[in-house]
Amino acid sequence: MTPTVPTTAPTAARAVSAAPSARTAAARRRRYGAPTVLLAPFFVLFTAATLVPIGYAVYLSLFTEHRSGLGFGGSETVFTGLGNYTRALGDGAFRGGFRNLAQYCLLYIPLMMCLALVLALLLDSALVRARRFFQLALFLPHAVPGTIAALVWVYLYTPGISPVIGALNSAGAGADLLGHPLPAVVNMAVWEWTGYNMVIFFAALQAIPREVLEAARVDGAGPLRTALSIKVPLIRSSLTVVGLFTVIGSLQLFTEPMILHGTTPSVVSTWSPNMYAYTAAFERHDYGLAAASSVLLALAAAALSFVVTRATRTRSGRTRPQTETGAVA
Amino acid sequence: MTTATARPGTTSTPGRRPWSLSRTAVNGALVLATAYTLLPLGWLLAAAAKNTGDLLGGRALTPSTWHLGANLHALATAGDGIYFRWYLNSLLYAGIGALLCALVCVCAGYAFHVYSFPGKEQLFGLVLLGVLVPTTALALPLYLLASKVGVVNTFWAVFVPSLVNPFGVYLARVFCAGYVPGEALEAARVDGAGELRTFWSVGLPMVLPGLVTVFLFQFTAIWNNFFLPLVMLSDDRLFPVSLGLYSWNTQTHAFPEYYPLVVTGSLLGIVPLVIAFVALQRHWKAGLTAGSVK
Repeated sequence: MTPTVPTTAPTAARAVSAAPSARTAAARRRRYGAPTVLLAPFFVLFTAATLVPIGYAVYLSLFTEHRSGLGFGGSETVFTGLGNYTRALGDGAFRGGFRNLAQYCLLYIPLMMCLALVLALLLDSALVRARRFFQLALFLPHAVPGTIAALVWVYLYTPGISPVIGALNSAGAGADLLGHPLPAVVNMAVWEWTGYNMVIFFAALQAIPREVLEAARVDGAGPLRTALSIKVPLIRSSLTVVGLFTVIGSLQLFTEPMILHGTTPSVVSTWSPNMYAYTAAFERHDYGLAAASSVLLALAAAALSFVVTRATRTRSGRTRPQTETGAVA
Repeated sequence: MTTATARPGTTSTPGRRPWSLSRTAVNGALVLATAYTLLPLGWLLAAAAKNTGDLLGGRALTPSTWHLGANLHALATAGDGIYFRWYLNSLLYAGIGALLCALVCVCAGYAFHVYSFPGKEQLFGLVLLGVLVPTTALALPLYLLASKVGVVNTFWAVFVPSLVNPFGVYLARVFCAGYVPGEALEAARVDGAGELRTFWSVGLPMVLPGLVTVFLFQFTAIWNNFFLPLVMLSDDRLFPVSLGLYSWNTQTHAFPEYYPLVVTGSLLGIVPLVIAFVALQRHWKAGLTAGSVK
């Protein structure tokens, strides 16, 4: 997968009929030389840091370490085919991780998307002052590293340290978020990503031609009706892109539960599939199993992103074929 | 639309009461959301000035319990000043990494925009597929590869993977389409400039705002990266801030005096990004717009 530009390009035949002379070779070099030089750094790095690791992980996932005798004589690597995959899928801890992940996605994705969309619509309505301030303030959590965000929230969940938990307890509503990892993790993710995606939606809303909204107003649509029937359908491509990236990002859940794992026993070391892969590599030193579970997770992400793009494409094809550009898909 | 222009100034006259009511509701909802996003940061700000006892006791901050200076001093001296070594590491990983990454992305995006060559769209399709591969999914495969090659626990193991950002190439292509007119390049060529010279002295300056945008997003991504350094590094002198704070936090159970270090260190850890995002608002908004509206 190198970006080398083919030297026997079909376009050369169009440019020159006979005479494969030194001049045409020079012209070809001039035509393809610059793009090759400009594209090479990216594709060399992309190959080394993306394509090769993926290939190597797939390769490793097909082998397992076989310890001989009492474990003194070292180990040998044997081919097991899909053995690691069946081992991962047969492991209750791995399936439990996927169950946690599914619950997390079902709770987090609709909640965050709705919140971001509603905030963007509110910000886009003509009623708001200080738009720049709200945009910046809501976006700011994105500037906080996931590790630090998780640490701060863990403190805010900890009774004794947290003023929030203290206030809730004195109000009679006992809150034990450390014992309930799912809402604890969902809240961290909502805090980190709502503002970021709201800015994307808001930018898309601002790009809607003003005449369209004016026409809706003249036709007697109120602000709520305009928002639901005009604005939301018009920014569907943004919704698709954000949904796609949110799904892919959610499947990689690692940092937040990992930090909760260090604080509370209710988050086990295999709480999410990515944590399972990490544990397999660094605690069990089972690279084959780690690679297989990483590949399974990547396959799940690929399948889901295919479903997301497919579902939204057919739906949008029915309603508004002309607005759909699909930035990524 | 013709009727609309015939009736200027009617926006505010009909139904003044419900409008003013919902104005309060809308602004109230936004203030509530803002409180949700800012309160944890406010707590961090206050907590960074508390000593261990006040922090764990949940006592309110008063001028007599102001220990920010002491906390900063403890942070600077803990482990022979290892925290500021982490800080320097983060600045190196993120600063140099993001700069090189942005340059690489703009080169590639420019080439995709300006030139046509066989297989171009297939190659670009590969870049878009790369966008869908999240960095976390790659961390473990990268570790497995790095341990095979023998570069685990080195600066390069974290630095080199952070130079790759397929989404940056996509953004750079969009920016080039918006900022680099073909006539300007043609004029440079007529003046006798070579292709690379044209890129360097005509194309690149024009697309500089795009470069800043890619730099900003990549800087954030590298500064915030946790999984990759976690798997790659075991020598704590190579740690970035995020990993160092994590390693301190795992020790707080045994050593409560680490709590103020983690909190104060977290506060300092978000300062560069907050400054960058406040100062470069135009650029991150442009990036998010180009990434979604297109």
